[in-house]
Amino acid sequence: MKMLETAVNEIETASELEKIINENENVMVCCGRMGPMCIPVYDDMEELEEERPDVKFYVMGFDTPEASPIRNAPMCRGFMGLPFTVYYKNGKMVKATTSLQDKDQIVSVLDQFFV
Amino acid sequence: MDEVFDVIILGAGAAGLTAGIYSSRARLNTLILNEGAIGGQMIMTDEIANYPGVETTKGFNVANIMKKQAKNFGCRIKSNIRIIGYNLTGNVKTVHLADGRSFQAKSVILAPGGKPRLLNIPGEEQFKGTGISYCATCDGDFFTGKEIIVVGGGNSALEEAVTLTNFASKVTIVHQFDIFQAFEHAIQEAKKNPNISFIMGSELREFKGNETLESVIIEKLSTGELSEMKIDGVFIFIGYLPNTESLKNIVMINQRNEIIVDQDMKTDVQGVFAAGDCIAKKYRQVTTAVADGTIAALSATEYLRS
Repeated sequence: MKMLETAVNEIETASELEKIINENENVMVCCGRMGPMCIPVYDDMEELEEERPDVKFYVMGFDTPEASPIRNAPMCRGFMGLPFTVYYKNGKMVKATTSLQDKDQIVSVLDQFFV
Repeated sequence: MDEVFDVIILGAGAAGLTAGIYSSRARLNTLILNEGAIGGQMIMTDEIANYPGVETTKGFNVANIMKKQAKNFGCRIKSNIRIIGYNLTGNVKTVHLADGRSFQAKSVILAPGGKPRLLNIPGEEQFKGTGISYCATCDGDFFTGKEIIVVGGGNSALEEAVTLTNFASKVTIVHQFDIFQAFEHAIQEAKKNPNISFIMGSELREFKGNETLESVIIEKLSTGELSEMKIDGVFIFIGYLPNTESLKNIVMINQRNEIIVDQDMKTDVQGVFAAGDCIAKKYRQVTTAVADGTIAALSATEYLRS
């Protein structure tokens, strides 16, 4: 069941997440709610979808049990601020950030890991 | 840069979007340039319960509807841009962006809004998201059963402190003054909550920890005495700053960095108007921003047709 009202494609299940990260070289997933720290990141991703065709952008509801691969990821240990934003390269999580990130911060991660 | 708009609106919060709705509905060729997320401070508000005619709604819903209304009337919106310069004098005003583009218009409405005030003390950036939060609704449940501090003494701080007692085992409000600025009902709600305690006349000086926040240094302002307090989390609600740094020396700004306007939202520069949280005024609400945006757009329309 979709939980987020955004134009960015939403992943609904853990198996769907697994499939996407294994079938695409560069994937960014923002796991959050419809809250003030998350919405600006979704907006940034909406714009980046046009600017960065080399990256697949997805959102995922934080409160679904299906999001446990992100919530419980070792890279997200100690995170206490939404959203959890994770970046996958060839199926492997290479970077995770917590709380609000602006577009420049996101682009900086994309440039660093998705070259 | 060939196209000259009738109106460029800088900002897409409640004031900017409202101005966009009014000016584009008046058939003015309108462009909104927005440096942040569309919706501004509205999307920082989980629930809006005092917007007349709407019993209760989410801040992002109001923002999304305003955005749709503006676009439906023909308003163009460019967000996540960065403005690096202005030339607002003369009959045609120019706004320069960091990506090299420039946009021109016959009038400009400044509605850049405000941003949450930070403490700007050591450790704040390091522990953002790993113990420091600016949103109780977003992050409250990460602190279930834990002890936290809420910094601030206004309505947001006291109301969010009460909300956070639904999660945290203990909430300590740290405030720089000996009295609160919040409305009386918010003060009473906080004071009667058995899980809230108060440290008054004090300020945080440093955040400490390893992977996550572990403690804070607090200064008692009357004595200068420093003490360390073990804590799991800190929520910061210390108000907002107007986003007017780049407008200094361009329009008249007061000591609090607020743009000075008259009752028609005119600045001291001909054809330049301002609206919303960036202007000098006492009350900052979605309703007042909407009113400011309306007046600014109507004034711009009148200016362009005169």
